Amino acid sequence: MSARLRARLTPYALLLPGGLWLLIFFVVPLVAMLSLSLQQGDIVNGYTMTWHWQTYVDGVRQYHEQIIRSVVYGAVSTVLQLGIGYPVAYWIAFHGGRRKSAYLFLLLLPFFVSFVLRTIAWQFFLSDNGILLGPLKDIGLVTQDFHILARSAAVIGGLTYNYLPFMVLPLYVALERVDPGVVEAAHDLYASRVQAFLRVVLPLSLPGVFAGVLITFVPASSDYVNASILGGPQNSMIGNVIQNQYLINQTYPTAAALSFTLMAILLVGIFLYARALGTEDVLEAAAR
Amino acid sequence: MHEHIDPALLRGLTHRRASRRDLFLLLGAAGAGLALSACEIQGKKAPSSKQGDVRKYWAGKQKNGHVDFANWPLYMDPKHPELKKFTAATGISVRYKEVIRDNAPWFAKIQPRLAAGKSIGYDLMVVTNGIEFSELVELGYLAPLDHTQLPNFTKYAAKKFKQETFDPGNVFSVPWASGMTGIGYNPQYVKAPPTAIADLWDPKYKGKVGMMSDSQELGNFGMLVNGVKPEASGPADWTNAAAKLKDQRDKGIVRKYYEQDYIKPLTSGDVWLTMAWSGDIFQQNVSEGTNLRFVLPEEGATIWTDNMMIPKTAVNPVDAIMLMDFFYDPRNAASLAEYINYVTPVPSTRDIIRSDAAQASGDDKKSLEQVADSSLVFPSEADYARLHSYRPFENSQEKQQYQSVFLPLVQS
Repeated sequence: MSARLRARLTPYALLLPGGLWLLIFFVVPLVAMLSLSLQQGDIVNGYTMTWHWQTYVDGVRQYHEQIIRSVVYGAVSTVLQLGIGYPVAYWIAFHGGRRKSAYLFLLLLPFFVSFVLRTIAWQFFLSDNGILLGPLKDIGLVTQDFHILARSAAVIGGLTYNYLPFMVLPLYVALERVDPGVVEAAHDLYASRVQAFLRVVLPLSLPGVFAGVLITFVPASSDYVNASILGGPQNSMIGNVIQNQYLINQTYPTAAALSFTLMAILLVGIFLYARALGTEDVLEAAAR
Repeated sequence: MHEHIDPALLRGLTHRRASRRDLFLLLGAAGAGLALSACEIQGKKAPSSKQGDVRKYWAGKQKNGHVDFANWPLYMDPKHPELKKFTAATGISVRYKEVIRDNAPWFAKIQPRLAAGKSIGYDLMVVTNGIEFSELVELGYLAPLDHTQLPNFTKYAAKKFKQETFDPGNVFSVPWASGMTGIGYNPQYVKAPPTAIADLWDPKYKGKVGMMSDSQELGNFGMLVNGVKPEASGPADWTNAAAKLKDQRDKGIVRKYYEQDYIKPLTSGDVWLTMAWSGDIFQQNVSEGTNLRFVLPEEGATIWTDNMMIPKTAVNPVDAIMLMDFFYDPRNAASLAEYINYVTPVPSTRDIIRSDAAQASGDDKKSLEQVADSSLVFPSEADYARLHSYRPFENSQEKQQYQSVFLPLVQS
């Protein structure tokens, strides 16, 4: 093998493991799922490919409420996470001093416990006569039938809690890279603290905001654990529907079609979001 | 169509780097198209079983000294006295797991393994006489039982349990226990005891009512409250029942649709009253010292049978069938019934429980006497007359139709 040929092949060889990984664990399942969404049949008689696009129409017609709810829950929880996470990340980045990593570790500590267990812990904490509501009911502050669980607030709260670190970490990384000298320079140029933040720090941290929103909004919108543990019959998200369709009803085509619909909606949403925020600028800023 | 190609596109197509990308795209699209039609899932409908199958299945099968048993929670004394006795008598060790919480999720969990002809890790499991049971039979996933290896069953099982419509002649299953679906409530919060299914629609219990997620259980209650007998219902009855249930849900009365996990929230007060299985409430009171109550509603309740069966792919079928038969020894059946408080398929246990009670003293005596007299464990003919059974389905279309009416209620 000549040196030139080898040089030309090297990049492909390096791509091979990652490429194969994507092919086997991403492309193949995706194609199988797309195929499944267009088939018809039942588990006893098998499924045959009929290119039945109607499944998509029926799925959306029947479950549009849950799809909308999922996106709304995902969006609300993402905004909440941003509201809670930004000050935290800001404080750790600028005022954390030598203990920055300790604070980050504290933030991550609860996440060494399984996702489901943490959510169940919230269920226990918020239960109708639990640690929180029990005493309140005893002293008559809330009525006997008051409950927090099985309401939208409980599900959104769970989502916010569970995905918060994934918001804080990218924010922290972005803020950590902001040179304090730049802020000082802003002050030297007679910028007030608010102005320095709004016109210097915030724009510089946008890549972190972008990344944080991306990696929390998508899983939060397709989550089903929080809704099934903390929610009630009025709070099901599309993830619950898909899980039920797949695992309980064995209506594989509907489940696959709904999964694809959700994916499409999220992709379009993210695309619009990236356009609105200007990815080019964001990525440029991140590369600096 | 290709006559007026945009020059920009043409330029793009002829550009070297882009053309390679396009080739990949084209290949990808062609591959995807092929792959899409290649991903079909084969049906596995089994031919109906014949007498010869039994001999063929059991030929050469031997005792291995171990059995894996999958059951529901609250279906055996947590100390497993019967299993210890079995191990002592036969030398067969038993791994007992309470992994089944509802039929549909359990079926979904084991179905891929069974379809692939692989062991599900359990040799014996307990499934209710519902939709999933008939699917297990139709798909040929169950081992045909060799009745020569079930002498106790032949001798002691009640006639009623040998003539079950869902498995005539007990070809694939023998009952573990029967039970009723009624209303469980927590008297700490519910001051006026519920007497009717209609009480589950009472707006004063808004957000405090539990319903079951199983489409048959849920549908039955919807029909009973409408005055319809589930076993004789038709599609119009289902739609009406679903409307009634939807109304209950949309008014916010339903807190949640439960599998077997209703017991904890009922104990803790998250729900005040709920659809419940007869023996669960009793056992929860025994094991947790709670004071929950169970009532059979005025409109009638439903009776179901949970059945022991051996998956065809079981690793230890001989050990499993021995364990099956072991539970039909009246002594063992009695000790089980004393604890779980469900309808036992072995009627002679009643006398054994009575004589146990005669020997016991104090609280034990009282509770054993209660079990022996309980209409939940030994229903009389009059009790049976008030109980309804699941709607049997003629074919899979009918079953799907039923499911499509009730499943959306739970899953939204």
